[in-house]
Amino acid sequence: MRARVLVRPKAGILDPQGQAVERALPALGFVGVRNVHVGRLIELDVDDPARLPEMCERLLANPLIEEYEILTAAQSAAAGDRPR
Amino acid sequence: MKFGVVRFPGSCDDVDALTAAERVGEAIMLWHAERELHGVDAVIVPGGFSYGDYLRAGAIARFAPVMEEVAEFAADGGLVLGICNGFQVLCEAGLLPGALLPNVSLRFVCRQVELQVVDAGSAFTAACEPGERLSIPVKHTTGRYYSPRPVRVLLRYAPGENPNGSQDDIAGVCNERGNVFGLMPHPEHAVDPLTGSTDGLKIFESMRAQLGDRVAV
Repeated sequence: MRARVLVRPKAGILDPQGQAVERALPALGFVGVRNVHVGRLIELDVDDPARLPEMCERLLANPLIEEYEILTAAQSAAAGDRPR
Repeated sequence: MKFGVVRFPGSCDDVDALTAAERVGEAIMLWHAERELHGVDAVIVPGGFSYGDYLRAGAIARFAPVMEEVAEFAADGGLVLGICNGFQVLCEAGLLPGALLPNVSLRFVCRQVELQVVDAGSAFTAACEPGERLSIPVKHTTGRYYSPRPVRVLLRYAPGENPNGSQDDIAGVCNERGNVFGLMPHPEHAVDPLTGSTDGLKIFESMRAQLGDRVAV
């Protein structure tokens, strides 16, 4: 099954990348933008999606500083967005 | 006594660490793919970009075969020193508390910094005076130390010297047991007057003093 894992800085941890992007957008005329955070996207095919949380806890994210969100193909299709 | 320096693909300060350790004892290189520490008395996990820093700094290196042995060695009370990328690896491996985040500046910093010895009672700082200042270089992009829980701090950046935005100016921490130490500055680059400071030698001398007496050289 195709899956996506979104990893982002944990709430409350300073995210200088997000801040830099948040400051850059108004400079281009995009006003009204708040709470920007920059993370990473991991796409993968997995035989057993039930093991995804464990993969996230042990390698894909560092739970001390990052939070993760797992999106499987079924969920993404429901949201009108199909992982490639 | 004999130091072992772990070499991963992407390590780049392994030779400097070996050379620095040789000033106070014997030193050999340890290969990442071997489950073997060759009877060393202390382990150094050096700086660099192990496994390209892919995913997160240290995230892949912690699963290297040699790290299983390093973890066992640490569990038996062996002295383990992690420098820069080595500090990141030890945090990812859970041998040290906390994690290293990107510098607040988002820039690579490479400069001499002043450190303060806040705990001279450890196996890694016993050759220092409490409160002593050390001049040691840093060079990193991911050095902002963070821990949600209190930790045993051995070194802090002196006031105004924090190069990365680390929590409470933390430069180096050890585990509760006191036998695993990680720091972002590079003591192995401060062992010869030619490069401006020999303060880094005190870390290696401390380890030597801790082990030297009971290990035949």
